[in-house]
This record gives sequence, C-alpha cells and structure tokens, in this order.
Amino acid sequence: MCKSINFSKIRQLSLSLLGVCILIASSSNFSFASGEDVSKVKEQDWTFSGVFGYYDRAELQRGFQVYKEVCSSCHSMKYVYYRNLSEPGGPGFSTDEAKAIAAEFSVTDGPDSNGDMFERNALPSDKFVSPFENNVIARMSNGGALPPDLSLIAKARSTERGFPMWIVDLFTGYQEQGVDYVYALLNGYEDMPSDFNLQDGMNYNKYYPGNQIAMYSPLSADIVEYADGTEATVENMSKDVSAFLMWTAEPKLEARKKMGFKVIIFLFILAGLLYLSKKKIWARLDH
Amino acid sequence: MSKLSTYQPKSSLSRWFDERLPLPRLMHDSVNAFPTPRNLNYWYTFGGVLTFCLITQIITGIVLAMHYTPNAELAFGSVEHIMRNVNYGWLIRYVHAVGASMFFLAVYVHIFRGLYYGSYKAPRELLWILGVVIYLLMTATAFMGYVLPWGQMSFWGATVITNLFSAIPIVGGTVTEWLWGGFAVDNSTLNRFFSLHYLLPFMIFGVVILHIWSLHVTGNNNPIGISVKDEHDTVPFSPYYTVKDGFALVCFLILFAWFIFYNPNILGHSDNYIEANPLSTPAHIVPEWYLLPFYAILRAIPSKIGGVLFMFAAIGILFLLPWLDTSKIRSATFRPLYKQFFWIFLANCLVLGYLGSQNPEGGYLIASRICTAYYFIHFLVVFPLLGIIETPKPLPESITKSVLEKIKTKKIDEKK
Repeated sequence: MCKSINFSKIRQLSLSLLGVCILIASSSNFSFASGEDVSKVKEQDWTFSGVFGYYDRAELQRGFQVYKEVCSSCHSMKYVYYRNLSEPGGPGFSTDEAKAIAAEFSVTDGPDSNGDMFERNALPSDKFVSPFENNVIARMSNGGALPPDLSLIAKARSTERGFPMWIVDLFTGYQEQGVDYVYALLNGYEDMPSDFNLQDGMNYNKYYPGNQIAMYSPLSADIVEYADGTEATVENMSKDVSAFLMWTAEPKLEARKKMGFKVIIFLFILAGLLYLSKKKIWARLDH
Repeated sequence: MSKLSTYQPKSSLSRWFDERLPLPRLMHDSVNAFPTPRNLNYWYTFGGVLTFCLITQIITGIVLAMHYTPNAELAFGSVEHIMRNVNYGWLIRYVHAVGASMFFLAVYVHIFRGLYYGSYKAPRELLWILGVVIYLLMTATAFMGYVLPWGQMSFWGATVITNLFSAIPIVGGTVTEWLWGGFAVDNSTLNRFFSLHYLLPFMIFGVVILHIWSLHVTGNNNPIGISVKDEHDTVPFSPYYTVKDGFALVCFLILFAWFIFYNPNILGHSDNYIEANPLSTPAHIVPEWYLLPFYAILRAIPSKIGGVLFMFAAIGILFLLPWLDTSKIRSATFRPLYKQFFWIFLANCLVLGYLGSQNPEGGYLIASRICTAYYFIHFLVVFPLLGIIETPKPLPESITKSVLEKIKTKKIDEKK
C-alpha cells in the first residue's frame, strides 16, 4: 500500500519544507511590532547596510545634534561615553570637539578628601549624562511613562517582516529592522482615524504597536538648525537621528564589516586549496 | 576493526615516552591510522565540525567570562561593556552567540544523518546514547547561556522554563524554589546559571571523549550501512579524512562567518537588547530557534504536567531508538519505505519548529497537536512496524564493490 506513495514528490516536498522551516525558525526576530492596525515599516536606504556598509560622518554628526537638542531632554543614553564621539567608526568628532561637548555637561563626582560629593564638568571618559536622576523622576516628568534608554534602541526594536522576507533577510544580511522601525516611528505621527479610541495623554502613531504611544511627536520642521545647511525637515532629522542611534547601538559595525570581508575571502581561498588537496589525495586510491 | 597498533616510535625520545605513557601511540592509532570506511560522504564531516564548535564555544566563553559580571544589576551592562570597550569584545561575543546557533545547526545535521543511515543500530547503541546525552547537555547549556545577558527574553525565558518544574506533583514548588535560589528568577538564579553554564561544556567535553572512544571501538558506520569486511574497505583517517573534514569545516566556517560579520543578531531576539524587567512581560516569549520544536510540543498538550512530560519524552525516546527500530538493515538507501518516512519525520520536526514560534491558538494549536502526535507515532509505531513489513533492496557485497561500481557507472555516463 505504501508503495503507491510517490517517493520523489515526498522527498521534494520535505526538502522544500526543510529549507522553509529552518529559516522560519531561525528568524524569531518578529515579536515586537504586533497588532493588526500597525502599518508596515518600509526599508530605507542606509549607508551602513550591506557588506560594505559604513557610517556617514556628517549624517551621524547631524543625528547627534538632533539627539542632543531634542531626544536627550527625556531619553538617557547610558552605555555611550563622550569619548566614543571621537573614536574611529563613529561621528568623527575630533578629540577636542568631544572634550568640548563633554564639558557642556556636569556630573556629580566624589567623595573628595573631605568626604563631600562635588559637581564638575563632564570629561570624555564620562558616560552621556542622563536627563533624569532616576526612573521614578523620569516617569513623574513624563506622565507616568518611562522614556527608554536609547543606547541600544536600534537593536532592541524590530519589524514584522513576513513571508518570504525573513528567509531573504538571512542571506542578504538585512539587519536594519530596528533602525527602519525607529525612522518609521518618528514619521508615523498622523491624524488618527475618526473611530479610534485614544486614551488620555497618549498620541496616535501608525507604526507603534497598538497605535498609542506616550511620546508626543518629538520632531517638527526647523526644530534644530543644521550647521552644514541641510534642511531640517522631519524626514531629514529622523533619518539622521536614526542613523546616529544605529551607531550608538552598534559602534563597531564598520570594523566588523571590514574584517568580515577579509575573513570570508580568506576562507574561500582556503576552501579552494583544501578542495584541490582533497582531490589530489583521494586520487591515490585505486579506481 | 584493527586492534593492533601500527605505531612505530621514530626517535629514542619517542621510544622512551612510549614505554612510559603511550600518548603519541594513542593519538597515532586513533587519529592518523584509524581505519575509516572509504565511502563516507560529506554528511559524515559534521562530527569534526561539532568538535570545532565545542572548542570554539569553550575558548570564546572563557574569554567572555573574564569580562562578564554575573549579577542581576550589572550583567546587562557588562555585556555592553564587552561589546563596546573590550578589544575585539564584539567579535568574541558574536562568535559565541552565533556559535551556539551554528553548533545546533551542525548537531541537527549530525543527528539526522545518524537517523538516515541507521547509525544507532548494533553495535553502535552506546555511541548513539552518548550522543543523545551530549545533545541533552547542549540544550541545558544553551538555555542557561541565553539567560546570562539578562535581557528581557533571557529573564522571561528563564521564568517560563523554570516554572515548568512547578508542575511536578507534591515537590514541584520546592524544586522550583531550589532552582531559583529564592522565590522568583533573580540574582541567585543568574549566579547559579552562570556557574552551571561554565561547568556543563566541560561535562560535554568529557562525554564527547566517550562518544569518540566508542566510535573508535565500533568503527564508523557508512552510507551503505554494511560492515567493513577487510582492509580494502577502509582508508587511514589521515590524510584522507583529515583533508575531507578540513574542507567541509572551512565551507561551514564561511556560513559561520557570514552570520558573525553580516547578520550577527538575526538568530537572536531583539527583545534581548532590552534589560530584564520583572514588571513587564514581552508580547511573545519564545526560546531560541533550536529549541522551538520542543516548545511546540510543550504547548500542544492541554495540561501543564502533560506538556512537560511530553517535551522531555520527545528527547527521552531517542534513548530507546536502537531497540524501537526492528529492521536489521542500517542504511535508508536500501529501505524504500523507511526512506520516505525519514523525510516525513524531518519535515514534521521543521513544522514543529515553525509552530513553536507562533502563538498556540486556532490552526496553529491544532497543527502542533497533529505534529506532536506524529512525532511519537514515528518512534512508537513506524519504527517497529517498518522492520516487519518492509522488503529491503538487495545489499552490495562490500563497501569496496559498491564504490567501484559507482565509479564504473559514472565513467560510462561520462563516455556517453
């Protein structure tokens, strides 16, 4: 009875299922954006995507300006140091510029030799100064909602990619789900549908899960003045600040991609040599 | 297999050594001269790949432990410290994190290769059982390792899995508190998981030695599954299989490197870049991809204790496989029916993996129940039954004959 089963078809089916399922299972990166009414996040062009990705220094510097002048009034960035601003693979500020930026902030240090705490200007070796002393104050100042730390936000958020994109993503190296989401979110403040039931103190955003976000629309045209003459539109500012947030989340991205290229070329050459050696050695056996 | 040592000490120093501690002799006999069937295909190279994976995880893990802090307040920050401030810390951590996925990818290929070619049958039952023990230890190690970064998925994954033990009647609550070291997943849980995560890989290493030892007593199985008859059927492991395994390993490393350098985070969950927060539950709690089939089985059963039992039984049943399979023929190549069921089983496991990543409701829940049922039917009904009703294809006389036959047909094909 079982012989009537078409073997080659079963095998074909199973093999295709195999591929599909491994990949489904491996891309479990889809949990964040859920809910039926959430709009699909579009892929953006980023200089840091792909095998030869790099950060655009000017873009990161503009993004830092947006962070500093807008976001940082509520959002902390506790894993980033002022010195990072002048380190390779980042926004490319000079060490003096990084020092000057740090000096704009003050930190509590101590205790000194008298046992007293004291205020001093921040140094490049200090972490970015947080806007609030602790989470309780942060909540109190923001209507009960805690503004998340932004150091890792571009990796801590994701987008629902759907079939078959999660398979494609594995092999195209698409890893900008998070930063695409951040960009979309900043551009996602729209008039809500008339039948939408918005809670007090919340704002409508078409990309946020559930569409109700405590953060009001943070960007508006010309809220910052770019030194390099770039027009401060909401799109430009959100693009710049998203790129900056990608860098804070993944500060070694350039080094990683550069090293990866060398490693993979090396491995291909080594594989070729080993293949030839294998052929030569196995040719010794009687045929 | 040949039991006589072929080792010849070449210098007076090596002779002196050989008379006192014959370690070079052991290495020579088990690595250089070890007679290996000449017809092993590339599916047989994953043993070497796995050894490499284990050593890589241990070395990168030791370095990570030098910079990591197992404390609920500091763990998340210490991982970021590794990523940002430690020289090449990002590389070491990504190798370790991607390495876990690659380790499981390789072990699944290795296990399914064993299932296809009947490598668990006499005389290799213990070899197989040791392999299942290694796999069990691997899942425990990987689970505890995933908790260490103390992100949201770490914390909630640990909460879900440790809570399973509370389903044990009478002592469940006590056992769970004992696992936690308190009344919830907290600092003491993280501390003991770190300690065990450091210990278990060395236990795996020990069982791997037993696994290889057992392999070297019974000798390799091979794609046609018939035993080695004389020395013409085998080649010395070195250079034939050192070079073949080496080539396969480097190909595997290309995939490995792709994920490390170009997609290091896609195999993990973005929520794990949010620091653990006991007050906020993520929308979906999912384990890493390699544990998803078992997660699907766990949630397919409508009772908690039942789910736990079936989940552990899904691995436990592998221990019995050598005796559940009634067929004397090893390789699926000569088992027309088994071959078909092998692919069905593989597809079933993959579908279970997919279902494990979805919410257990509606069609997904029904599908996971069907797939769970098939998983056990495959072992408890299909394996015993096939050996009785199946008519195997005629076996070749020897490994050498089958190899030469293949080359002949290939040459004739080329002439055409």
